[in-house]
Amino acid sequence: MNTQAMLWALQRASAAVLALCVAVHLVTIIYAVQGGLTAADILGRTRGNLAWALFYAVFVVAAAVHAPIGLRAVLGEWLRWRGRSRDAILALFSLSILALGLRAVLAVFA
Amino acid sequence: MKVLVKRQHTFQEFEVPREPSQTVLDVVTYIQRELDPTLAYRYACRVGMCGSCAMEVNGVPRWTCRTHVDRVAEKETLTIGPLRNLPVVRDLVTDMREFFDKWARAKGAFAGRRSRRDDFETVSPESKRRRQADAGIECIGCAVCYAACDTVTWNPAYLGPAALNRAWTLVSDVREDRNAERLLAVSGEDGCHACHTHVSCTELCPKGISPTAGIAGLKRALFKA
Repeated sequence: MNTQAMLWALQRASAAVLALCVAVHLVTIIYAVQGGLTAADILGRTRGNLAWALFYAVFVVAAAVHAPIGLRAVLGEWLRWRGRSRDAILALFSLSILALGLRAVLAVFA
Repeated sequence: MKVLVKRQHTFQEFEVPREPSQTVLDVVTYIQRELDPTLAYRYACRVGMCGSCAMEVNGVPRWTCRTHVDRVAEKETLTIGPLRNLPVVRDLVTDMREFFDKWARAKGAFAGRRSRRDDFETVSPESKRRRQADAGIECIGCAVCYAACDTVTWNPAYLGPAALNRAWTLVSDVREDRNAERLLAVSGEDGCHACHTHVSCTELCPKGISPTAGIAGLKRALFKA
C-alpha cells in the first residue's frame, strides 16, 4: 500500500471511530444536562472512571489521526502547499491535538 | 427563442426559430449556417456516439446533439458556452489535449498478456470483474464529466473523472497486465484520492456511467495493493 492509500485508509477508519464517539458524546451531554449541570457533577462522574477515560482517549487519538489528513488535502488544494514542510507542520498539529486532548482527559480522570 | 452564445469574452445574442424535436446542436448549426458563419463549434456524428459536441448549456455541460431544447430552455432562452475546465480555442471549441493527455497519464491504454499467436482468453460476461468493467466501458470521451468536476477546477493537475473511469475499466479487466503500474499512476493528490465525491460527473454523464463508483473502486484496489 502506498502512502496516499494508507492515509486514505487511516482517514476512513478514524472517521468510523469518530462517528461513534461523537454520537456517544452528544447523547451523553444532552442526557446529562437534563437536570442542570455543574463542574462537580461532571467530575463526579469522570474521576477515577477508567471506562470514560479510555473512551475519551480513543476519541482524542481518532481526532489526532483524522483532522491532519483532512487538513493536508485542504492545504494542498487551496494553498498548493505540498512536500515535507506541509507534512512536518501537520505532524506537529497532530501531536498538539494529542497532547492537549490527552491532558484534558487526564485532568477529568485524575 | 433568444440564444446567447459565448464568443471570446462576451455573449452574442441571436434569435432562432423554434422547431419540433429541436436539439441544442440544431440551434448552434442554425446560427452558423443562417446568421453568422464565423461561429466556431465542433461536432461529428450527431447521434451521441463521437463525443465531440459537448458544450455548456444554461450553465450545465451537456452533449448538445442529444439535448432537446424543450428540456433545457429556461423562459425561452438558451445560453451556450464552451466546456469549463478546458482552454478555449475559439467560441464554442475547446482544446481537448490536456483532457486526453490525462487518459495517457492514467495508463488508459490496454496492455494484455497474450500475443496474437495465443488463443482468446475466455471471460464470462457474468463475472463480477467483467460487469465492473462493462459499467464504465461505454465512455465516449465527451468531457462533460471533466467540465462538471469542481476538483479539476481547483486542481488543474487532477486526472479527472473520465481518465479515472478508464483506468478503473482496465483495473477490472482480467486480461490486463499492467495494473500495478496503473494503480500507482492513478493514486495520490492528483489522482483518485483527490476526488471530493461531489458526484457531478455521475449526475451529468450522458452515457449514465458513474465515474464516482470507479474512483471508489480505485481507492479500494489501492488499499488492497
